[in-house]
Amino acid sequence: MRPASSDQRKCHARLALCLGIVLLAMAGCDGQGRQAVPVLNWYVFDEPSGAFAAAARRCSAASGGRYRIRLAPLPTDADQQREQLVRRLAAFDPAIDIIGMDVIWTAEFAAAGWIRPWPRPLAGRLRAGRLASAVDSASWKHRLWAVPFTTNTQLLWYRRDRVPRPPATWDEMIDMAESLGPDGTIEAQGERYEGLTVFFVSLLASAGGSVLTPDGSRPSLETGPTRRALELMRRLGNSPAADPALSTAREDQARLAFETGHASFMVNYTYVWPSARANAPRVAAHMGWARWPGVVAGRRGRVTIGGINLGIGAYGRHPDLAFEAAACLASEPNQRLAATRGGLPPTLGALYDDPDVRATFPFAGLLRETLRDAVQRPQTPFYADVSLAISRTLHPMRDIDPARDAVRLRHAVSRALRSEGLL
Amino acid sequence: MSRGAAASRRLAWLLCAPALAAMLLVAAWPMLHALWLSLFRYDLRFPDRTEFVGLHNYLSVLGSEVWWQALFNTLLITVASVSVELVLGFAFALVMHRALVGRRIVRTALLVPYGIITVVAAMAWRFAFDPVTGFVDALPGLDHAWLAERGPAFFVIVQTEIWKTTPFMALLLLAGLALVPEELLRAARVDGAGAVQRFRRITLPLMRPVILVALLFRTLDAFRIFDTVFVLTRGAQDTESVSLVGYNTLVTRLNLGLGSAVSVLIFLCVLAIAALYIRGFGIDLSRREEGR
Repeated sequence: MRPASSDQRKCHARLALCLGIVLLAMAGCDGQGRQAVPVLNWYVFDEPSGAFAAAARRCSAASGGRYRIRLAPLPTDADQQREQLVRRLAAFDPAIDIIGMDVIWTAEFAAAGWIRPWPRPLAGRLRAGRLASAVDSASWKHRLWAVPFTTNTQLLWYRRDRVPRPPATWDEMIDMAESLGPDGTIEAQGERYEGLTVFFVSLLASAGGSVLTPDGSRPSLETGPTRRALELMRRLGNSPAADPALSTAREDQARLAFETGHASFMVNYTYVWPSARANAPRVAAHMGWARWPGVVAGRRGRVTIGGINLGIGAYGRHPDLAFEAAACLASEPNQRLAATRGGLPPTLGALYDDPDVRATFPFAGLLRETLRDAVQRPQTPFYADVSLAISRTLHPMRDIDPARDAVRLRHAVSRALRSEGLL
Repeated sequence: MSRGAAASRRLAWLLCAPALAAMLLVAAWPMLHALWLSLFRYDLRFPDRTEFVGLHNYLSVLGSEVWWQALFNTLLITVASVSVELVLGFAFALVMHRALVGRRIVRTALLVPYGIITVVAAMAWRFAFDPVTGFVDALPGLDHAWLAERGPAFFVIVQTEIWKTTPFMALLLLAGLALVPEELLRAARVDGAGAVQRFRRITLPLMRPVILVALLFRTLDAFRIFDTVFVLTRGAQDTESVSLVGYNTLVTRLNLGLGSAVSVLIFLCVLAIAALYIRGFGIDLSRREEGR
């Protein structure tokens, strides 16, 4: 049946009316936007304690009505944060003003032109007082691309009631754990994901090697240190002291397993401390901390640095205000707030002597020392590819063949740097 | 063709036109675009360095061990889950069909897993099979790191799929069961046919078109498996499916050219499966009613 023509006309009239209303509404919004305070959207992971929201409110208030920061929470998983941001940035989204960037995105975002470099005089001021490794994580090609806000790194957590003194090297730790029997388990991150890359890069750096050459263009992977790191991974993967679920363990599985009390060692980030105190006070009472174990006797362990740096979106409408707001968000009072309320270690070195911060992190001294020697994950625009190549080649740890896999790894990393083929 | 028939044919096309236009817009256009992209070296990070490479991306994918391994894994998951689902789904359909009391409750209860979002179901099973938090390991004799080895990981993935989509299969088959005339079954009974004979000689042949359609739908669905694997293993222990390879290349590595080539190849596989069912097994999707 054909619709009667009068019905058709009515329908058109209604459609036009609807369209008119929508257009009017849009115009209305736009008009309001122009008169009101500029809103800066801050995309950052969904921080549960409210420390970021409080910082956003403080800075908005301190601006005296020149800008207002609106928090736009992203997923907690770094891969998913990147996925969401990257798609929008590649489409020139002007609504992204300030970005809470994982340290591993700096080179990629900068090379793609998705963030703005910080103006030199301001960058110089912001570098002052911040931990060199944190500043390094926000730099690429001699420019500062983000302001270091919070940082993080792994420590060794162990049971003081079972182990008299913390092990200095991985070999020593595996020996200790094996002699402890069923409760000697070592918790680490062995799933095929970013955490395995972190583990390998840390072992490699502790053995004195690096993944890429200093200019980031070619794989370095020196034979001696690479073989040493792979041998250790293989040993851990096949040790009775490893968690049977090592090849699917992420940070959180390791934390939960340690909180059951059936593990004696764990390498993990600092959030495990407040968590153990809340969930497993009996375990927390015996929990000790030490530096991440070394690989070579006499040389201290080096771990990768993590954390959040604040970058400015390249397509935002108010870049100058965004720089100002980001500097405010990453300033001392807000870093203290993020540390004490959110448990996120600061990038300003002096804050590690602050009594409030020390109360949150009783291991503040150790943390700062570890961060000073921290290693950067490969700084290249192809980091996502390189990380995928590493974690795919080295999973599961128990099946690593150091001689064969050192060659495979070099091949996979160089293919990743050329973004060639499937990974 | 009479004038009336021609007019109603024209009307049919007119009525289909909006749907067709929508399909062209949301399905055909992205597909053609993907086909176009797959001929370029194109990284979303460096759009300036885009260059035409012809079929190089396809050669790269087809020459890669990763692709063939993923294809094998996907086929394994598809065959394992769909065959078990068919058997279980039939059993459930018969139960639902024959249930005398509580018919509605039985049907509702069986449909619950299908109503649960795949990601949520996969999460639930991930926790269930976790050695620390899960209940499976607490059962006697099942203490095992399930997702840490290839075989058990496949088992968990396949059983999650089965748990989730058997109700869908059961529902389609139930509709088919309703098509089997009751008087035919009664007549066979009078002639002395047993329950098994009645099922094999009457129910199954009459339901053949429905079974094939159900199998086709489920096979196409199972072949594109993504969320279950993503949540359970992220493709580790060699459980990667082809969709996961596409995701890694497109979304994580932002390699639009190579990733589009993977997508196009997946599309061709899906097309091949559909062709196999329609040509090979003779499903006639349009004339089921008359054929009966």
